[in-house]
Amino acid sequence: MITRPGDKIFKALTVGSGVFVVAMIALIGIFLLIQAIPSLADNQANFLFGRDWDADPEGGLAFGVLDLLLVTVFSAVFALVIAMPISLGIALFLTQYAPRRLARPFAYLVDLLAAVPSIIYGLWGAYVLAPALAPISTWLNENLGFIPLFAEGSSNLAIGQTIFTAGIVLAVMLLPIITAISREVFDRTPPMQIEGALALGATKWEVVRTTVLPFGRAGYISASMLGLGRALGETIAVLIILSSTTSHFSFTLFDGGDTIASKIARAAQEFNDPRGAGAYIAAGLVLFVLTFVVNAFARSIVAGHKEYE
Amino acid sequence: MSTATDLNRPAAPPAFQEINSARRFKNRLATILVAGTFVLALAPLVWLLITVLAKGFQYVLNADWWQKSLAGLTSRQFGGGVYHAIIGTLFQGLICAVIAVPIAVLVAVYLVEYGKRSRLAKAVTFTVDILSGVPSIVAALFIYALCITTFGMPRSAFAVSLALVLLMIPVVVRTTEELLKIVPDELREAAYALGVPKWKTIVKIVIPTAMSGIITGISLAIARVMGETAPVLVLVGYTTFINYDPFGGSMASLPLLMTSERLTTNEVGEARVWGAAVTLILIITVFNLLGSLISRLTSLKTK
Repeated sequence: MITRPGDKIFKALTVGSGVFVVAMIALIGIFLLIQAIPSLADNQANFLFGRDWDADPEGGLAFGVLDLLLVTVFSAVFALVIAMPISLGIALFLTQYAPRRLARPFAYLVDLLAAVPSIIYGLWGAYVLAPALAPISTWLNENLGFIPLFAEGSSNLAIGQTIFTAGIVLAVMLLPIITAISREVFDRTPPMQIEGALALGATKWEVVRTTVLPFGRAGYISASMLGLGRALGETIAVLIILSSTTSHFSFTLFDGGDTIASKIARAAQEFNDPRGAGAYIAAGLVLFVLTFVVNAFARSIVAGHKEYE
Repeated sequence: MSTATDLNRPAAPPAFQEINSARRFKNRLATILVAGTFVLALAPLVWLLITVLAKGFQYVLNADWWQKSLAGLTSRQFGGGVYHAIIGTLFQGLICAVIAVPIAVLVAVYLVEYGKRSRLAKAVTFTVDILSGVPSIVAALFIYALCITTFGMPRSAFAVSLALVLLMIPVVVRTTEELLKIVPDELREAAYALGVPKWKTIVKIVIPTAMSGIITGISLAIARVMGETAPVLVLVGYTTFINYDPFGGSMASLPLLMTSERLTTNEVGEARVWGAAVTLILIITVFNLLGSLISRLTSLKTK
């Protein structure tokens, strides 16, 4: 093959872009860290284990991320618990049950869920779904309130701006993400296995249970982890739905509060003092590391299973 | 012959027992549950779309809605429109695309044509995966830390576009990479055989072959980033005036208008929020339709 100056330049451009993208991830971590350090140095509370957030530079910074982190993880895990079985069902329906001709249009409908911007999920969640859920949450609270999960929280159940509502909305937002990847994996179940099971006289459900599910398990788990990463970082929907509160998170679904992302977004318009902003950037760094670990874990599961490639 | 003895051996008992009522019941139940989840997932979609349309559609029917801004109106006055926010949404999305697309396409070219299985290529693939999982608020904070605190740039629509670039690159890299992979190698080999240099083969033959798909991917990615709200909250101020300058001053966008007007809790604010929601959905739909239209009209026939 002929190599000319143009080749060298073009190759350098593409390699440069690749290096640029790799550098970008490093830069995100580095710049957040640089901006966070001065505020962390001034911080009078324990950053990782403190539960109060006071980022007002007047009178000294005292911010701890633990409460925000707990709400973030709690609501994301709650969303995942709802979304995982439903996504599994949808993925099975689309790949194994739906008539071949309708599978694509059906899949397209589910993908539409991903096209809706999260701010609109937030508005719908806060103004339409939250009041509609009030009877359910009141019932849960009254009858199962002895379980800490359904105990009295800091948010008014009639208005419903609770982690319960936010988690359900997050779950809806996760469905298309988890479904899309699970669908691809289930679709690649070796036909020989399915035919084998059928030949042995298995029912449809037994075919799914004995071939499709074991084959797709790793991919499904990885898809769920990606969904979890997404739920941890979701900002605006949570910001709109959750009612802000000054009380501590008490591990009930009927609390209000803030996730790391929603706390940052709530304060963002007042980022004028670099030290105050630094506190939020430190929280952002925690979120970045958390989503990085979750996503890297998700990818490593798939990387361990070459048959999906 | 061993086959004879094999045949003489009694058949093994079947792995699955006769179809009995318990198995039939389980099978039915599974079918119902699986189909049920699908219906369950569509319920919020339908509910949400109906809500948004019912609450906001009347406002977008007014011609003023598309042509005027909210400048000079108080938060209690009906009237005006969201032209200023539509401009902002389109500006931010398009500026983002202008920056992100060349980088993303070059990265995809690197991965498919040059990188192969090298260590850098693996690192790039991993980074793109991680980048696609970076929360939009973190991307916004990064641009804030980089441009506004470190370089002293003012808050502006351009800063928003930069944050959106981070969110757009992984999406475009993924789609472009998939498309470049399905360009048949025969095309490349034919070009090389004629003495065409590799870079020209890529620029004049490989990329144009995949072009319709790439454009589809780009328009889908633009639709995605235009709905992002976290970056506009951190990186630009809201205004009711029309601002055509992405490098200076506040600039409204539909998501920012919605988060700001939401705080005026009266029926005027409500009208603006739901009207803007319908507008945003319409714009995103147009970009989505454009994407699938282009791919349908010009798609490369594979298999």
